Amino acid sequence: MVGIVGFGAYLPRYRIKAETIAKQWGMDPIAIVRGLQLNEKTVPGQDEDTITISVAAAKNALLRAQIDPQEIGAVYIGSESHPYAVKPSGATLIDAIGIGPHVHVASYEFACKAGSEAMYVAANLVKAGEMKYALGIGADTSQGAPGDALEYSASAGGAAFIMGSEKVVAEILFTHSYTSDTPDFWRREGEDYPRHGGRFTGEPAYFKHIMGAGRALLEKSKLKPQDFKYAVFHMPNGKFPQEVGKRLGFTKEQLEVGWIVPWMGNTYSGSSPTGLAAILDVAKPNDLIFMVSFGSGAGSDGFIYRVTKEITKVQNRALKLRDYLNNDKIYLDYGQYAKFRKKIKLNE
Amino acid sequence: MITARYHREIPQRYRLEAGKCAKCGYVAFPPRLVCPKCKTKKFKTINLKDEGKILTYTIIRVGPDKFSKETPYAIGIVEVSDGVRLTTQIADVDVEKLKIGQKVKLVFRKIQDDGKAGIHMYGYKAVLV
Ligand SMILES: [Zn+2]
Repeated sequence: MVGIVGFGAYLPRYRIKAETIAKQWGMDPIAIVRGLQLNEKTVPGQDEDTITISVAAAKNALLRAQIDPQEIGAVYIGSESHPYAVKPSGATLIDAIGIGPHVHVASYEFACKAGSEAMYVAANLVKAGEMKYALGIGADTSQGAPGDALEYSASAGGAAFIMGSEKVVAEILFTHSYTSDTPDFWRREGEDYPRHGGRFTGEPAYFKHIMGAGRALLEKSKLKPQDFKYAVFHMPNGKFPQEVGKRLGFTKEQLEVGWIVPWMGNTYSGSSPTGLAAILDVAKPNDLIFMVSFGSGAGSDGFIYRVTKEITKVQNRALKLRDYLNNDKIYLDYGQYAKFRKKIKLNE
Repeated sequence: MITARYHREIPQRYRLEAGKCAKCGYVAFPPRLVCPKCKTKKFKTINLKDEGKILTYTIIRVGPDKFSKETPYAIGIVEVSDGVRLTTQIADVDVEKLKIGQKVKLVFRKIQDDGKAGIHMYGYKAVLV
């Protein structure tokens, strides 16, 4: 049996309300909140980045797995906001946690699905018998251009998953990936903010790829939507995951626990992984979980997990996603937010 | 050169590696070559626990150039396991609400950048628990 043996999430404490951003740009806050179904989003502290968020999430995953970090044979971090263009985020992480130096490390990049890619490769290396444990992480501190629609959603956070074959808490039963060249969203080298190809965003990108991977997963597994206790999809805003879930045949109740985006925002590579962490925080033995990520450019990775009886032993060993989501929040005004996100030009 | 020193200090800055005297048990953080208590040169490498409490603190309102845009921020002396005391920033907090004796956890954060194009430098900071 191969699957998740430890999972952990992390969100920064800082928040900005969608209303605060809307007022800054003279938009109607009620229309924005209702239209995107986004109330507020996480903002990284000035000393936080994809590496520090990954370390915090990985520490929580280790607290749950209770394994020797030296037995982890691979570390993959998926992100679109790696702090360096050239220098792997994972190299810093392993030295912060005490993994390696005998370890395979790489940075993954595929817009918002880099995290699920890291999880996919980590799980399959364990399945292939190459190593005892592998760590896959999705984390981001993404930015939307000031005044752009993405500014309401682009947030910070991440989740880490240790894959293994002993004391598995959620077995991976099936996976399926679906990819095509789609110009819905990109960022050229050297550009500060991403661009989106307007009419390519919804149907030809998000919906086509999630439906493509989702339908194939259901066919492969011969399972029906009603067989699942939970479902989680990539969450670029509040509306899209609800709509794609409905189209695939899932109910609002199945989506509710993993649908954290209205209070967290879109953590990009950490989006569906943090949703999965929120589900694993409360799941019970034998629950089936349906997960499909989405990354612009574009592609989706789908997973079907079955929760095992080991889950109840690990759930309380670390802080839960909703502990981070609901507690100790520090709200920023737009000026503070602009400073935190380095949107203000300073003298050198 | 700052890069060389940073690289040398990674074990203590990233994962709180300390030296525990093999003879008298004194814990040196950062690690030392000679035990200040018993003059032995034999140390065992241990990792400090990441939990502690604030012994004292000060609020920086006029920071050095590099940190001048982050004021006000708190620098404190935190006592962790084995009686080790270390100086660290106390992050993610309204500095006016800090109190001596509060419990903290040491977390991994970015400390500073080596200029605009140099490396990011990471280490520990304390946050309230
Ligand atoms: Zn001694």
